[in-house]
Amino acid sequence: MTETPVTSVKTAVPGARRPGPGNALLGLAGLGGFLALAEAVPRLGLVSPDYLPPASTIAVALVGEMSDAAFWTALGDTLTGWALGLLIATVAGVATGVLITVVPYLREATASTVEFLRPIPSVALIPLAVLLFGTDLRSTLLLVVYAAFWQVLVQVLYGVQDLDPVAEETARSYGLGTWARIRHVLWPTALPYVMTGVRLAAAVALVLAITAELIIGTPGLGSRIAVAQTSHAVPDMYALVAVTGLIGVLINLGARAVERRSLAWHQSVRGEVTT
Amino acid sequence: MSKESGVKAGKGQHMLDVRGLRKVYEGHGRHVEAVRDLTFSLDAGELVCLVGPSGCGKTTLLKCIAGLLEPTSGEVLLQGDRITGPPPGMAVVFQEYGRSLFPWLRVRDNVELPLRQKKHLTKARRRELVEHALHAVGLEDAAGAYPWQLSGGMQQRVAIARAVAYEPEVLLMDEPFAAVDAQTRADLEDLIRRLWQELGVTVLFVTHDIDEAVYLGERVVILSSSPTVVQEQLTIDLPAERDQLHTRADPRFTELRTRVYEQIQAAKRATGALPLQKTDTDADTVPPAAAPGHKA
Repeated sequence: MTETPVTSVKTAVPGARRPGPGNALLGLAGLGGFLALAEAVPRLGLVSPDYLPPASTIAVALVGEMSDAAFWTALGDTLTGWALGLLIATVAGVATGVLITVVPYLREATASTVEFLRPIPSVALIPLAVLLFGTDLRSTLLLVVYAAFWQVLVQVLYGVQDLDPVAEETARSYGLGTWARIRHVLWPTALPYVMTGVRLAAAVALVLAITAELIIGTPGLGSRIAVAQTSHAVPDMYALVAVTGLIGVLINLGARAVERRSLAWHQSVRGEVTT
Repeated sequence: MSKESGVKAGKGQHMLDVRGLRKVYEGHGRHVEAVRDLTFSLDAGELVCLVGPSGCGKTTLLKCIAGLLEPTSGEVLLQGDRITGPPPGMAVVFQEYGRSLFPWLRVRDNVELPLRQKKHLTKARRRELVEHALHAVGLEDAAGAYPWQLSGGMQQRVAIARAVAYEPEVLLMDEPFAAVDAQTRADLEDLIRRLWQELGVTVLFVTHDIDEAVYLGERVVILSSSPTVVQEQLTIDLPAERDQLHTRADPRFTELRTRVYEQIQAAKRATGALPLQKTDTDADTVPPAAAPGHKA
């Protein structure tokens, strides 16, 4: 209730957060079951503990990792590559999307190029990244930005299409110029789509950041996973993989929280309101 | 270009002048003449209702007047200046209040947004205008709400407040009450009469509702079916103080609404034929093809 705008006129129904305490309990139970299974399977000898150590061993390895300064450096490197890449991709995607829309005929002229470039898997650019930047952070950035940029751009292009002609005419009739209409009408209209784009891009960016570190060897959790693998530190490898998964979960939760806060006015967040 | 705070129309000059307006939509091999030849004018401080059969190009006309649409030929003058884009002295209230108000802005910010384009207004003055406008429509309590938290009638009042705060010389209203229930509609009609009297603004009110046109207007301009011309203009000589109960029961009101109704029926019958002004005799004998430029 706290972040819902409360007014004296009509109170908005806080929707969008259906999962009650019962569901959370079930989720915890499921997670506990999964961990128990991961503990039991190697202990019962169904899978060799050399390839899949019991969950408790992995947990111990995780604690060991967390007491190692190099782990935190790697985590910082991964998050830097992820955040910086996502930021660049978002700014570039939004700017390009708005520009393509506002300049006449540009959208038609660029549509085929976008459709051609977009499906190119970012990992196909790994050789290029190595050639250009070696094992530098910039290699990670190249892959992250390329993958995340299209997610944002495509959503921005969808979003600006959602522009209501009545809203646009209202703005024009009240003397809002091109820039004011972009700022006050186009941008808020596209914002829900931009948020979706950034959320998708954030997930993709993490995948590409880890991939770059793993394959190219740019510093970060990915290269640490590779080192753990080659030195047969299997529990550590699993611990690091678990950490990347946790980062993914946190990123998604964070993105959703930002979305809810900034889109309180949008029907996807505000829930049912009688008019 | 008209000045920001232009002088009121002087003698012999109309506030709003629509001259020989014609609008043809072209595209995809289609050629639709929405408005054929419209000429009428509004004096300063007049409240004129524009009524016509559905699909007669009322919205097209209004958009041309608002500077949102370029006429094919003819012109619209605001205080003698030709309109080429949305003029600063004009505000529009659209029928679709739900789409015309911005859902991401609170009521107060919706009303204030147009004022922020007027660079000479200070922040304090803007706030004053917003407060005054919301008070005028009876919504001072809803300033902090989002439009979608309000009822339809309240939302349209927000849109009216936004127009009032803009301090226009001319207020254009495009079937503003077509989407609200009858009770709310009556309240909003009285609100418009009251605001018009208090502010002395020139109002052009487009509607398809004959009763509404007669009840609200000082004058009713009746349009023909598309392609549109002015079918007739009727002065509404009802007392200035009007109320829903007595005005609508007035025999003169009934007389006037019958008159408007007959004209609209005549306009519908004359579809495709040469539209006539002031008379509807021989309407059926004029071949559609032989319709030259017609001047009354």
